[in-house]
Amino acid sequence: MKKYLVIALLALAPAWVLAAGGGVHLDKANIDPTNKQSLQRGARIFVNYCLSCHSAALMRYERMGTDLGIDEKLVSENLMFTGGKVGELMTVATAADDAKEWFGIVPPDLSVIARARGVDWLYTYMRSFYRDDSRHIGVNNLVFPDVGMPNVLWELQGIQEPVITTVKGHDGTEHKVVKLELSESGLQTPKEFDRTVRDLVNFLDYMGEPAKYDRRQLGTRVILFLLVFLVLAYLLKRNYWKDIH
Amino acid sequence: MGEKWNRGLLGWIDARFPLSKMWYEHLAEYYAPKNFNFWYYFGSLALMVLVLQIVTGVWLTMNYKPDATLAFNSVEYIMRDVNWGWLIRYMHSTGASMFFIVVYLHMFRGLIYGSFKKPRELIWIFGMIIYVCLMAEAFMGYLLPWGQMSYWGAQVIISLFGAIPGIGDSLALWIRGDFVIADATLNRFFAFHVIAVPIVLLALVVLHILALHEVGSNNPDGVDIKKHKDDNGIPLDGIPFHPYYTVKDIVGVAVFLIIFSVIVFFLPEMGGWFLERDNFIPADPLKTPEHIVPLWYFTPFYAILRAVPDKFLGVVAMGGAIFVLFLLPWLDRSPVKSIRYRGVIYKIAIAVFVISFVALGYLGTQPATEIMTWFARVFSLLYFGFFVSLLIIPKFEKTKPVPDRVTP
Repeated sequence: MKKYLVIALLALAPAWVLAAGGGVHLDKANIDPTNKQSLQRGARIFVNYCLSCHSAALMRYERMGTDLGIDEKLVSENLMFTGGKVGELMTVATAADDAKEWFGIVPPDLSVIARARGVDWLYTYMRSFYRDDSRHIGVNNLVFPDVGMPNVLWELQGIQEPVITTVKGHDGTEHKVVKLELSESGLQTPKEFDRTVRDLVNFLDYMGEPAKYDRRQLGTRVILFLLVFLVLAYLLKRNYWKDIH
Repeated sequence: MGEKWNRGLLGWIDARFPLSKMWYEHLAEYYAPKNFNFWYYFGSLALMVLVLQIVTGVWLTMNYKPDATLAFNSVEYIMRDVNWGWLIRYMHSTGASMFFIVVYLHMFRGLIYGSFKKPRELIWIFGMIIYVCLMAEAFMGYLLPWGQMSYWGAQVIISLFGAIPGIGDSLALWIRGDFVIADATLNRFFAFHVIAVPIVLLALVVLHILALHEVGSNNPDGVDIKKHKDDNGIPLDGIPFHPYYTVKDIVGVAVFLIIFSVIVFFLPEMGGWFLERDNFIPADPLKTPEHIVPLWYFTPFYAILRAVPDKFLGVVAMGGAIFVLFLLPWLDRSPVKSIRYRGVIYKIAIAVFVISFVALGYLGTQPATEIMTWFARVFSLLYFGFFVSLLIIPKFEKTKPVPDRVTP
């Protein structure tokens, strides 16, 4: 009976996976958190394109500079547009009331957005804007329907248009597939743009948990210590227990 | 015992406080059966995790702010700006889940070896109260990071009290201290989480251990080692807890800490099971998450709640699922304690019970679609059916002969 239950449960698994994903296929972000240059490029994109509306109010410029290997002078000259000291938090100048009026919503703080959404979602989302003249901001998004944010990277990416095709599934039913095609090219090729978004997502992921790198390094050492400790503890136990039968 | 210790500082203390006496009674001359197996690691591990939670909790309290406007950011402040804050926080969040894993395994041990049976009924009852307190402790602690799942999870669970006829709504209001989960709720949960419940937990752990040491430990054979003693009155199959089981438990601690460290250092979210994604979004009373799930250690009971079509009866079934565990010593009246000497039918019942509990735990994390709800109903019936079967099985069960002494 047990076996049949397991089979019954497994047979249902694909349905659950589909229900959980919301139906949208997410592209793999394939970020490399150890790639400092990618993180530095991501930081530059972030402060140039995101930080004017979104805050990252849990993150300090100084920490970013230290972790990413950007010296303090460069941080304050190239990455801080509002002046102030490098020890400050990455807050935003746009007043919440103004933002609410412009976008209908206060843009969320992005400090831990990568931990809430996941890197694949962010990577796909940033590349899924398309032209939609019915909306007041002129764009829509496949991953986030009726999104409040305009495509801030359009200059780099160009403009995408939706192309709807009908595909026959395995079971014979027809369903519509929406694909995005570039109708107007931007400053970057699609390949370059993917890299730009990957760098940005890499940075967002770093910012979600700046201690991640330290955590993993320390973890290896702690576990090595514990393995040695385990051997000693086991030998001690065996010696004490040799008379017990 | 004790003559040679009568001089010096220890002698001075012993004349005023039973230090040596306690040491001998509970460690050096507490005789435990020599045949403890793998399942006997989890008692001492639970105690260690409790200490770990208290110590890391104290340090978290030093920087955490129990205020609805500051709580979320203060946790991130701990993760970023407090030295070693991330480590302490992950130890605490991982510790919470590991506590339940260890406690569930500890309870399962008691179940299969009949450790709840006479004369150990009170040990089981104290343990069950510890378990209920632990659930309260975990539930209130989970509100503190003040993320979306903290907030809405608490909203859902507290609204369950509203299902009680008559007094329900006022009771839920009284628990929250506001019409929705709010600053008042956060403050009182903080007070309970860091002071009230831990004190009760510690007291209960002392009672649990005192009751255990009064009657002595059970063992995988379920035989009474006190029946055969040597001339000095020491059980022939007993060995002093210290040093034998202290050195053995250290091995268990080392293995546990390796697993614990893998999670803390490499998988702190545990794929969303220990730290949920939605909890990285600050609590927003105006925005309900698509899918509200309690943490995994509550989901078996949550699935039972949702399996019942009527809300109040669902709450009763959920409460009943926990309460029925208290009755275990009086439900299972088989004179044979250990599963080793019980019949096939009992072993099947245990297997079905474990499968039901795990399946309910899984179903509780999934959206309540029609088919899932039917699965939950079947497994809920099997869960309760197990306890009914315990009443019937001993009447016709063919048990094996129980040995006189423990087997190696």
